[in-house]
Amino acid sequence: MTNDDDFGFLDAVAVREIRRGLLKALAIPGYQVPYASREMPVARGFGTGGMQVTLAIAVPGDQLKVIDQGADDSVNAVALRRFIGNACPGMATTTRTAEATLIQTRHRTPERSLVPGQVMVYQVPYPDPLQIVEPSEAERRRMHAHGDYARLWVKLYEDVVRYREVALSNRYPARVHGRYIIDPSPIPRWDLPKLHRSPVPHLFAAGREKKLYAVPPHTDVVPLAFDDVPFEVERFAAADGGRHRCARCGAGDTFLDEIPLPDGTRRWQCNDQDRCDERMEAMA
Amino acid sequence: MGYVAVRGGEAAITEAIRTLELLRTAGAADPLGVDQIRDQLRLLVDRVMAEGGLHDPQLAALAVKQAFGDPLEASFILRAHRSHLPRLGETAAHRGDDLRVVRRISSAFKEIPGGQVLGPSTDYLQRLFRRELIDESPEAFKSVVKDWFKDLPDDAVPATFPKVLDLLRAEGLLDDQPAGTEAVDITRSTLAFPIPRPARLAHMARGETGGLLAIAYSTMRGYGYLHPTVAELRVGWLPVRLPHPLTGEPVEAGEVLITECEIIATHEAHQGSDGPPRLSLGYGACFGHQETKAIAMAMCDRAMVSGEQRGARHPAEDAEFVVCHIDGIEAMGFCSHYKLPHYVTFQSDLENLRTSRAKMQAAP
Repeated sequence: MTNDDDFGFLDAVAVREIRRGLLKALAIPGYQVPYASREMPVARGFGTGGMQVTLAIAVPGDQLKVIDQGADDSVNAVALRRFIGNACPGMATTTRTAEATLIQTRHRTPERSLVPGQVMVYQVPYPDPLQIVEPSEAERRRMHAHGDYARLWVKLYEDVVRYREVALSNRYPARVHGRYIIDPSPIPRWDLPKLHRSPVPHLFAAGREKKLYAVPPHTDVVPLAFDDVPFEVERFAAADGGRHRCARCGAGDTFLDEIPLPDGTRRWQCNDQDRCDERMEAMA
Repeated sequence: MGYVAVRGGEAAITEAIRTLELLRTAGAADPLGVDQIRDQLRLLVDRVMAEGGLHDPQLAALAVKQAFGDPLEASFILRAHRSHLPRLGETAAHRGDDLRVVRRISSAFKEIPGGQVLGPSTDYLQRLFRRELIDESPEAFKSVVKDWFKDLPDDAVPATFPKVLDLLRAEGLLDDQPAGTEAVDITRSTLAFPIPRPARLAHMARGETGGLLAIAYSTMRGYGYLHPTVAELRVGWLPVRLPHPLTGEPVEAGEVLITECEIIATHEAHQGSDGPPRLSLGYGACFGHQETKAIAMAMCDRAMVSGEQRGARHPAEDAEFVVCHIDGIEAMGFCSHYKLPHYVTFQSDLENLRTSRAKMQAAP
């Protein structure tokens, strides 16, 4: 694997550090590996972590897909794809999940089942699930080291008492490989089961908070839940007791966007643009 | 680049950039010269260099121009550039004693060896408009410098001055911080807590002036008790000495303008011994002429050292709190990121609320 000066934007020192960090993250599933995150020419919070990981692992011949909110043409996805594409000559970009070898994403895991050979890279704002209950990082690291997740469980319990439901919709905490609890970036609950025993590595990178972590392939990812209050994904319940379906492709098994219309009604459609297009093409 | 996915987003971004360029060039004025910004908006350039973490007045001035005068954006451009530069070497520690001083004051003593040198200070300006600057004559503008140097003897001001703190140090009144700790390159090392003092100082030197000031101000107002005195504030040119590539001997390679501040805070029991109480210190230094920043930094340094010694009781004494919240570029980036679409997470929030309400309705 070569990393010429003109491929990948990052200097060799940064590339080596990020790759080593990723190897450590894969070796200790769910553990947050600190790294010296570089400043990138895009703002912190816009995906600098994901960008650094993608740039550090991309090789010529890769097929890159970049999505933001499930869409390939979202402005931020376009800006990141343009930058990474220019920085990596010889790498192609695609909107097809099926064709992609490298998928950088913000807030979603694709609906289409991933296959070995693909790598997921998530842009992460908050790498630590304990941040919900503890502001100090020094203290949170101690808690992770001791496996001390009591306060997180108490928060979940109190939510159930107050709201009959855990009041965490996205970035729902999950235990990886029976040990560390992760913040799976703000993917919706809907996507969390896709991480469980997934055949591909899921790499998480928080640029501003300077952490890397990972879910290796075929690894248990179990959402925190109580025996009598099981984990539940988004329902998309319709008034008639059924489930909303995509107004475009008709799918009833995808995460939906709710679009308010001028007449006060709602239109529901697939959030994962590529999955929706794929179904439309299959029906055509 | 291979196949490029192009849909609405691409065109929207291109148009947004065109509109920005339109606004940058709108109006009847001539294009702003980078040299004008560098020379006449020097305090802004200094701030951008400090927060960007790179001493390059020309590039900092270009960043200011390119960022339409926004200091956060300008420092961001400079820092993104800096992040990409190779690290060529490491110097030995430089000391403020060597500053070729243009200004130095002490509020601790009426008179100090070498004298108080007011230098270029805005402190005693009356903040009234100088309306003659609206339409300044180029001749009058240029004559100021000419007149200044006309009758100036070469030895008008000594190049370096002794440190005020040395007077107190000689008397054994100072609680000096252990100086043995190695410098930390915060751009190449991981951030972990507890964070050593050199790394804290480096973070503050790149910190956003307003953020640092807000935290320092909280200690001045009572969230902490420093009772600070400015032992010495100096502004001057620091000769930068690099190790010679062959001999290893330090060679002067240039100089940078810096501001340095040492504050004396309350006296405390001597750390680590039964000796008599001593005065505690705080240190601040940053690129350029930035007095408020250097003072605020020295106060925060002192507050954090106190917090480390006897437990943080106030935000300014908590090193993690200070270090994680003073970086303007990170804070601005994250604040701006909320403008990005968040409709997936919000949809998820709505579904969570609806489910919760349905469950509460079913079993009140």
